[in-house]
Amino acid sequence: MTDQLSRAFQALADPTRRDLVARLAADGDASVGDLAAPYDVTVQAVSKHLKVLEEAGLVSRSRDAQRRPVHLEAEVLDLMTKWIERYRREAEERFSRLDAVLAAMDDTEDDDTSEGAAS
Amino acid sequence: MTTQKATQNQTEIEAVPDLPMIRMTREFEAAPERVFRAFVDPHLFAQWCGPRSIDTTIEVWDARTGGEWRYTASRESDDFAMGFWGSFHEVRESERIVQTFSFEGAPDGVSLETMTFEALDGGRCRVTSTSVVESIEIRDQMMASGMETGVREGYEQLDELLEGEG
Repeated sequence: MTDQLSRAFQALADPTRRDLVARLAADGDASVGDLAAPYDVTVQAVSKHLKVLEEAGLVSRSRDAQRRPVHLEAEVLDLMTKWIERYRREAEERFSRLDAVLAAMDDTEDDDTSEGAAS
Repeated sequence: MTTQKATQNQTEIEAVPDLPMIRMTREFEAAPERVFRAFVDPHLFAQWCGPRSIDTTIEVWDARTGGEWRYTASRESDDFAMGFWGSFHEVRESERIVQTFSFEGAPDGVSLETMTFEALDGGRCRVTSTSVVESIEIRDQMMASGMETGVREGYEQLDELLEGEG
C-alpha cells in the first residue's frame, strides 16, 4: 500500500508529468494528441508519461470512446494533498509547543545578553 | 495550558516534487535570538520537540559547529523507545543551524536539516527549515513516518480508491 502511494508521488516527480496533470486539472479530459501538442517530444513519449500516471492511479483512460480521452483522477490527487496536510499538521503541533515554550521564556527568563530584552 | 490563544502563525510545507526535500516555514512571536535559543538549549528543546505523551531524554547535546547530539524519545505506557542522533554541522548564533538527523528506525538514513532564523518586524521571527534526504522514496517514507494515528485509515482509503479504478 505504501508502494502504491509512493508510486503516485514518484509519478509526479517528473516535471512533464506534473504539467500533464496540471493541464488535465485545468482543462478537463483531453486526448493524447491534444496533450502532446505543446511539447517538443513525440506523442509516444507523452504516451509513456501517461502510462506512468495511469499505473499510479492518477489518470484513467476510457475504453469506449474512440479518442480514449485521458481523465484525471482528482480524488487520488486530493488524497495525496491530505497526506501532506497530515505531515504539516504534525509539524504545526510541534511548533505550537514551541510557541508555548517561547511564551514561557518571556515569563521566567531574562536574556542575560548585553542586548537586553526588546520589549 | 490554561489559555488557548490561537496563533495566526501556521506552518507552511512544500515537498518539492522532483527533489528529495521538504521545506517548511513558520513564523513566531519572538525575536530570532529567543527562537534560536529554544532550538539550541537542550532543556528548552526537550520541551517542544516531541508530543506530550513522549518523554525526550537528551543524552548528548553539544550545540556548536562540529558538535553532536543524541536523545531518546520514550513512552512508558507501551514501552516505546526510539533513539535519534546527529551532528551539528554549523551553529551560527541566532541565524542558522545546519545539522544531520538519523533515527534507529532507519539507521542508514540521514537527513540534512538547515534551519534559518530571519528577523521580522515587531520582534518576530521566521524559521525556514529544509530537510534533504538521499532519494525521493526516502523523503516520502519520512513524510509517512511519525503519523501512526490516522495514516493507516488514509492508506486504506487510498487502497480502496485505487482498487476501484478500472
